[in-house]
Order: sequence, then C-alpha cells, then structure tokens
Amino acid sequence: MTDLLLEATGITKRYGAVVALRDASLSIAAGEVHALMGANGAGKSTLVKILTGAVRPDSGSILLRGQSRAVHSPSAARRTGLVSVYQEPALIPDLDVGDNLALTGTPVDTFRSWVSELGVATLDMHAYARELPLAVLRVLDLAKALAQEPDVLVLDEMTAALPADLTERVLDVVARQRQDGRSVIFISHRMLEIAAVCDRATVLRDGETVGIVTVEPGADETIVGLMLGQAAGAPAVAPDAVAATSGATAAASAAASTPGPAKPVETVPNVAVRTLRAGTKLHDVSFELHAGEVLGVVALEGQGQDELFGILAGSRRPDGGDLSVEGRAVRFGHPADAIRAGLVYVPADRAHALLAQRSVRENIALPSSASARTWGPIDMSGEKRRVNGAIDRLQIDTRAQAEVRRLSGGNQQKVTIARWVAGGVRTLLCFDPTRGIDIRTKREIYQLVRDLAASGAAVLLYTSELEEIQAACDRAIVIFGGRVVEEMPAADADEPALMRAMYGLAPDAPMPEEIAAGTAPASAAGTAPASAAGTAPASAA
Amino acid sequence: MSVSAPAAAQSRGGDSVATLGRALRRDSWTVALLLLLGGLLILTKVISPRYGASDLGFLAIGALPVALAAVGQAIAVISGGIDLSIGAVMALISVTAASLMRGSSEEFAVVVVIGVLLMGVVVGAVNGVLIVASRVPDIIVTLAMSFVWAGAALLVMGTPGGAAADWLKNLISGSIGSEWIPKALVVLAVVVGVVWLPLRRSRLGLSIYAVGSDRLAAFRSGVEVSRTKVAAYALTGLFAGAGGLALTMSTGIGTPIPGPYLLLSVAAIVLGGVSLAGGRGGIVGPIVAVFILALVRTDLTFLGVDPNYTTVIQGAIMVIVVMVGAFLTLRRKQA
Repeated sequence: MTDLLLEATGITKRYGAVVALRDASLSIAAGEVHALMGANGAGKSTLVKILTGAVRPDSGSILLRGQSRAVHSPSAARRTGLVSVYQEPALIPDLDVGDNLALTGTPVDTFRSWVSELGVATLDMHAYARELPLAVLRVLDLAKALAQEPDVLVLDEMTAALPADLTERVLDVVARQRQDGRSVIFISHRMLEIAAVCDRATVLRDGETVGIVTVEPGADETIVGLMLGQAAGAPAVAPDAVAATSGATAAASAAASTPGPAKPVETVPNVAVRTLRAGTKLHDVSFELHAGEVLGVVALEGQGQDELFGILAGSRRPDGGDLSVEGRAVRFGHPADAIRAGLVYVPADRAHALLAQRSVRENIALPSSASARTWGPIDMSGEKRRVNGAIDRLQIDTRAQAEVRRLSGGNQQKVTIARWVAGGVRTLLCFDPTRGIDIRTKREIYQLVRDLAASGAAVLLYTSELEEIQAACDRAIVIFGGRVVEEMPAADADEPALMRAMYGLAPDAPMPEEIAAGTAPASAAGTAPASAAGTAPASAA
Repeated sequence: MSVSAPAAAQSRGGDSVATLGRALRRDSWTVALLLLLGGLLILTKVISPRYGASDLGFLAIGALPVALAAVGQAIAVISGGIDLSIGAVMALISVTAASLMRGSSEEFAVVVVIGVLLMGVVVGAVNGVLIVASRVPDIIVTLAMSFVWAGAALLVMGTPGGAAADWLKNLISGSIGSEWIPKALVVLAVVVGVVWLPLRRSRLGLSIYAVGSDRLAAFRSGVEVSRTKVAAYALTGLFAGAGGLALTMSTGIGTPIPGPYLLLSVAAIVLGGVSLAGGRGGIVGPIVAVFILALVRTDLTFLGVDPNYTTVIQGAIMVIVVMVGAFLTLRRKQA
C-alpha cells in the first residue's frame, strides 16, 4: 500500500438532514489518471471539496504518501501538492491576469509556457479576468494549476465548458502529467474522455463508493451500470433505446398532427427565421421550427449561436432579418415579449434562470404567476397542482426544496425546464441544457424534450454534445461562421458528419489531419483559441 | 473596452505610450473627476475673483478629515464590506486624542498620535473580527458597533473640549513651498502614499480586491478570506483614526458627537468610482470626489444660494454624475 499517493477511506459528510457522503473512499497511485464518476448528487463535488480542504469531513481518514493529512484550506492543500481546478472559474474577475498570478504566487514563466502549450497563442497579462471568454478562463485556471507542479491535480468537470479542440489539448496535458509520474483525478461526464485518458475509475453512488473499475474497452458499460445502480452487464448504456423511443414518438406525433418535419412547408411553423443577422458573429441564419419536432443546432464556440438564441429569447435585438412566430412577424424588445409569444428559454447557465434562494415551488410557479392576467391573490391551489404536476413529471429530487441553490446541478436544470412545462409550453429554446449533467439526468431531459414534442410543442435544442442530436432530435442544422451550412435529418447526423460541417467542410470531404488531431484550421481561428486569447471584445472587433 | 485589445498588443513590445494610454483608459473615471475638479476651480475663480491661496488652504483643511474617512471607507467597500461606524470611530479617536493632549507636553503628543492611530487599527480590527466570527453581514455589525463607539466617545469626553499640540495644528495649517500648496494636502498625500501605495500591489492589497471581487474564487485561490477581511477593516480603522486625529488637529478640540462623515465618505466613494459591490475602484477617485463635493458647496455659498438648497443641489449633482458615468460605461461596452 506504500505506492499509493493519496488514500481516502470511510469519508462521511452530512449537511443537516442531507447525507452527502456516507462511505466514500478513493485511492490514487503515483502516475495514475483516476476518474471519479457518479450521477449528479452522488457526492463527487463534496469529495473533491474535502480532498482540497475546502470542506472538512465528519469522519474518515485521508493519507498522503502514507501519512495522515489534515488540511483545512485550499492553500494548505496546495502546499501538500494537491491542486484543484474547479467547475467554475477561480480567477478573480476584477484583477488582471498578472495580479491573479501574483495573488497565488504562481510562477509567471511556467504559467505562460503552459498557456501556449494549451493552445492559447497570445495572452494579455493586463486583461481583467472579467473580460476574458469562459473557455480562455478555463485554460488559464488549468495553466495556473499546472504551474504549481502539483503531485495530484484535480480536474472537476474541466472540459464541460470547453470547445472540442481545447478539450483535446487538455487531455494531452493530462496524459503528460502521467508520463511525468504525477497523478490526476479526472471528473467528466463524457465517457469518451474517460476512456481516452483514465487508468482507473472510482464510481460513487448516493455518497458511497460502489466500485473501482479498470478503464479498458467495454468498461463504460460497467461504469454506467454502477452509476445507475444496476447490475454490471445489464444494458445500461442505451442511447439507441432513447433514439428508438424518440423516433417512435416523433413518428406518432407526426402521424397525429402534422405531416412531419420532412415536409415542413405545408403548415405554419411555430418559429420561422429568415436571414437573421446580429453583431459581428451572426450573419445569415434561416430555418423553420415546427410543432411536434425537435430541431438540433450544433456549432463550434462563437459561431453566432449565442446571438441567435438571445434574439429568439428576446434578450437581444437583431440587426436585420425576419422573425415570425406562428405566422406573425414579431420584434421582441424584452424577454417578456418572447414569453408572451410562446417562446421560452432554458439557458446553459442555470444560475441565470433561477432565483437561487427561493424554493423549488416558487421557481416553478414564477413564470405562470408573472403572466397572471388578473389582479388580486394568486390561485394557490391551482398553482400547487401545476407545480406538483411538473415536479412529478420531471422526477425532481425535492429533499432540499426550500432553496433551489441547494439542489444538485441536474435537479436545478430540471427545475428550469419544469417551470415552463408547468405553464404549458408551445416553443422551448434549450441552450446546452445538459452541460455538466450526469447520464441519468441527461436521459431524463432527452425524454422530457421528446415528450414535449410529442405533445405538440416545438423544441430548438443547441447542444455541445454531438451524440445528443441523434438521441433527442428529429433534424439538425449546423451553424458555421454565422451561417447555416448544413441541414440534415437526425438519422444522418452522426458525429463525423456533424463534425465536418461544424468545421465548415463539405459533407463528403475527408477530415484533414489537423482537425482530427484537434487543431482548429485557419478559417476557424477567429473563433477558437487564438482570438479567445486576447479579450472577449477583441474577437468582436 | 473594445479598443483595449490592439493597444494591449503594442504595449507588450515595451511601448510606454500604449501603457500610459491603457492606464488613462483604465482610470478614465478618475481622470474625468480630475478634469471636473479643474473645471470647478476655474468656475470658483470666475464666480469669486478674490478666491486665492488661503481659501484653497481652508478648503484642504476642511476636506482632510473627510478625505481620510473616504479612503478608509473605500478600503472597506473594495474588500466587499462597508463601515457604517466610521463617523463614530472618528469621534472616538478625536476626543481620545484631544483629552490626552490637554495640558500635556508637545513631545507627549507624539506618543498620543501613535497611540490613537494604533487605537484606530484595533477598533477597526474589532469590527472585522466581529464580522468574520459572527457571520453577520458587515452592514449590520458596523451599524451596531457605531453605537458602541459613539457611546465610548461620550464616555471619554461628554462635551467638546480638550486640546491639540501646537505642532500638530501647525502641521496642517498654512502652505509649504509655494503658497498654492496647502500643508493639509501634503499631509494627505504622505499618509495615503505611505500606507496605501505599497500595500496596493502587495499580496494583502491584491487579497483585499480579490475578496471583494469574488469571495469564493478568492478562497479557492488560496486567499485567507477571514484574515483579509480583518486586515481590511483594520486599515479602515487606521484611516478613520487618522481622520479623527485630523479633526482634532484642525479644530484644536475633540467633539464627541459624530459629524456627517459617514454619509460624506459613502458619497465620496460612490462618486469616486468605487463599486459598492466590492472589488473595483481605487483611492484617488474618492479623494478627488471629496474635493469636488466641498468645492460645489463653496461655489453655491459664493453664489448666495439658500443653504437648504445647497444640499439638494449637491445630492442632485452626485446622482447626475454617477448616472452619466454608468451611461458612458454601458455605451462603451456595447460599442
């Protein structure tokens, strides 16, 4: 057991009545990349916080190089050689990059060399952290951690907010840490990444370590089985099943209501967008979204999808083009206009959509009571009925319902969707709704989206995870450089096809080497790491 | 800020012009305030042609306690808090200094100065420790403590009185070098320069900004959040103490009833570009703002405006300036 670098056993932690960890253990060998897996709410975040000293466990022991370790703050953990990159950026928004490094005593030269290693070509050390785009902040967080030469590097869903090419670089760096005999604790919901870099995986379920799996071909079945609490070997991974049911429901709804998405011209679309443009990124986007269909949108970072969803949700005004809802031309001046027109928006960042300190119930009820047409008291029993209906339908875990911020990320995302389901929704706009969410909740969200479509709603779904297109959508459009470059039925939208279109390549062109290797081509350089390196407005200029 | 990217690229080559340009843009609010102050000085001279060096001296003496209070308040607010006890602390330090100096020697006054400044540090640290230990919001703790410190001031001295050493009074009255450089202004520059400038770029200074900007990110970056908060409040206490001492120096006595310094300090930092949300702003802006507020009052008096309208106009000017600033920032972001 002496070759273990870090060994945590019997860790427990409870927050009031909620047991976050009941018996968690984790052991990391030197030079090992170890995945920490578990559904949302399984206790991963709590375990990481305990390892990094941000939270103290109620009981359990942590041995570092065979010696008992007691750290009570992230800075103390860092001195023992354990450095963490958290889910959210840890740079101080109001300090510039240089001051951020000075604050943590990070050696600047090492930091710079890691930054360029990670694919950010130019970095202005005087730029305020608040001015940098999210993807760059993630890279800087990682470079800052690496510059401290940690023995154990903890990456907590580091790749969730990264475009594919940067993810590739992160994985390379992780592999290099292993070569140097350093260890990495890697947390990600993406099985492909786990398979690509991890040696072993520890699986948590309901606050307990339920298995340690050696990562090898086919291990993902076992891992998902453990995460979901099913016997290993059971058909745990079943994207096909989801796709099959989705196909069935789509067919059913198509037969029942409309001629189906294949022949959209014959009905009035829920939303029709013609030659929409805005700012410097959105140039010419047109599509129709019909009742009963789920239309997928995929794009690399910064191809205009943010602007598109902003316009549809009423939080941004277009510079040109037409938007019509159910046949009527509209111009939204405010999100309330969009909501009134039947377009509701589920953002990727749950914090933007929820009142974190209010109850689940109030959050779900808010949009419907905000649109109440009568003065006077709210119909409480009606509200309760709608809210409970939505909670049941979405299987929201309501143990911590007094304040939404105490829910796990997946459950929070369900609340953001539930609030619109409660009011009856005609058109749902989802922007990366499954970012950073575990597989089980993801599937529930796909199913919800399918159910909504089957009941006659239209759904526009932007996603950064390409496999979601076939799992949840009927049809997909690909946006590149602010234009729709490809439209295809979900059946054809496999990952290679989408990937080619996302990089602006013709459908039949072979994948060039550098793209396969994760390097952005020159034409895409304006979007991904290079421009991101400067400041956010730099790419807008 | 969209223009900053190209400028940033040039400055990496050691282009000092670009660096200066960046500094001007970054502190554009302070620059604008300085221009406003210059304009007001010219306006004052136009309204009252006899306005001269001695008037400027009185302006500086009157502004000194407020400016020191504003610096203290700025530090508390930058660290993400606010100090509502600053007026009471100034009164407490003022009466303590005045009562200790009554009938004592000139030399002993040196001990008194050091003692009351340390007392300011301790009082501020007590505020900070209570905030950190109780986890009660800053605004509530310092509001409650303002009553405690105000009561303590009355216990030290029930009525205005006491004395100040002559050298202390001379330290801030009159001018030095040119007759246009009031001593009070030099004292202010020295105090701020000695305490704040070295601190600003130190680990502690960065930590104060970090804690005010994003507490959680600061904690995760390894900043000792509690210690930083206590240190920030101790610094606020130090400047409040200096402000209280300046009161005694300028009036020659101590007054146990807190003056309008709390509200003036908050007004000055808001006008001076410090974000009440914490993490943003500096020290120079609030100081300039103090002089602007004082000059506006002077000008209105010269113009013979009813004193009751004066405060209304002062308030209106603050609202307008802050609104214009917010509007310009918004425009620049959208451009």
